[in-house]
Amino acid sequence: MFERIREIIADQTGKDVEEITMETNVKTDLEADSLDLFQIINDIEDEFDVKIENVEGIETVGDVVKLVESSKE
Amino acid sequence: MYFSKIIATGACVPDMIVTNDDLAKIVDTNDEWISSRSGIKRRHFSKGENTSDIATGVAKELIQKAGIDPLDIDLIIVASVSADYTTPSTACLVQGNIGAVNAVAFDVGAACSGFIFGLSIADKYIKSGVYKNAIVIGAEVLSKYLDFEDRGTCVLFGDGAAGVFVERTEERTGLLAEEMGSDGAKGMALTGGHSPAGNAFNDVTRQAKRELYMDGRAIFDFATRTVPKSVKSLMEKAGVTVDDLDFVLPHQANSRIVEIISRKLKIPMDKFYMNMDEYGNTSSASIPIALNEMVEKGIIKEGSVGVLTGFGAGLTWGSMLIKF
Repeated sequence: MFERIREIIADQTGKDVEEITMETNVKTDLEADSLDLFQIINDIEDEFDVKIENVEGIETVGDVVKLVESSKE
Repeated sequence: MYFSKIIATGACVPDMIVTNDDLAKIVDTNDEWISSRSGIKRRHFSKGENTSDIATGVAKELIQKAGIDPLDIDLIIVASVSADYTTPSTACLVQGNIGAVNAVAFDVGAACSGFIFGLSIADKYIKSGVYKNAIVIGAEVLSKYLDFEDRGTCVLFGDGAAGVFVERTEERTGLLAEEMGSDGAKGMALTGGHSPAGNAFNDVTRQAKRELYMDGRAIFDFATRTVPKSVKSLMEKAGVTVDDLDFVLPHQANSRIVEIISRKLKIPMDKFYMNMDEYGNTSSASIPIALNEMVEKGIIKEGSVGVLTGFGAGLTWGSMLIKF
């Protein structure tokens, strides 16, 4: 799942997949603003067929992965 | 069979311009933050003109451009969520101001889709043979509903009005196809002008909560998912392809949202018209303000074919295929 999430994030932010780790900060490292994050979440929702809430607390790529895992449960 | 041909377009926008830097003086924001997230650089705010004043300005311009006698106007529809009064309607105030004593006048409330909904209604009256012509205006003074302490919303909206004069024709032109929808279950994602049910015999407050509230993510989600579907469905219904379209005119809410819509529809950005840098989001007025600008700049000419697509509070959306 992490691999696919990395690809979606790389696609939206224009970064290399290799640059993206669980520790990567969405705002400071990827320079993604709130609208980029909304689009990343939407693409992930479509990809994994889940509904993701509480996106306000997201700081790192790891936070995104955790939210996707918890929304699949 | 009758069609509704667009004979004239017109606009009336308050003179006062408020830049992002002007807003940064009263709320914690800056030009880079606003323009990178929305494409908005300036907006026009009322100096005191109300919605009916600028709507009347539009009606007068339409009368002059179309060369019609106000006595010959059959129908006046104003789309607005920021009327001067709950009653009389803005359309009735406009009717009084221009002396169109033979017209039927009423308002339509569908927020940022309002102009599309209004034009759709006018088209049905014309198609059915009930009326020969109509003035349809989108008019908003949204600044009176803005919370100037909420930096997430007060920077996004502006004031303005614009509209069209449509007339019955037997030629296949004007409004050719439409696709509209509503999703009231998500209505609380964008609200304004709440009026509580207080009276002398209950203990409910009569203090209205006027200010606009927007759940940014919910609206982003709605706009980027629903609008591409609506336009795609319209194009399939009408049997047109991207190559048949000279332009796509979306509601002017946010340039980033428009870019996503363009990508999802695989319609190149150079077909999309945008002017939110100058006006911000003027709700029901945004599509006709841009339409009038496109006509004045010669981007839309006789025979041009394009899509208008509105989306907003309600939630509501509507797309139309039009030919000039």
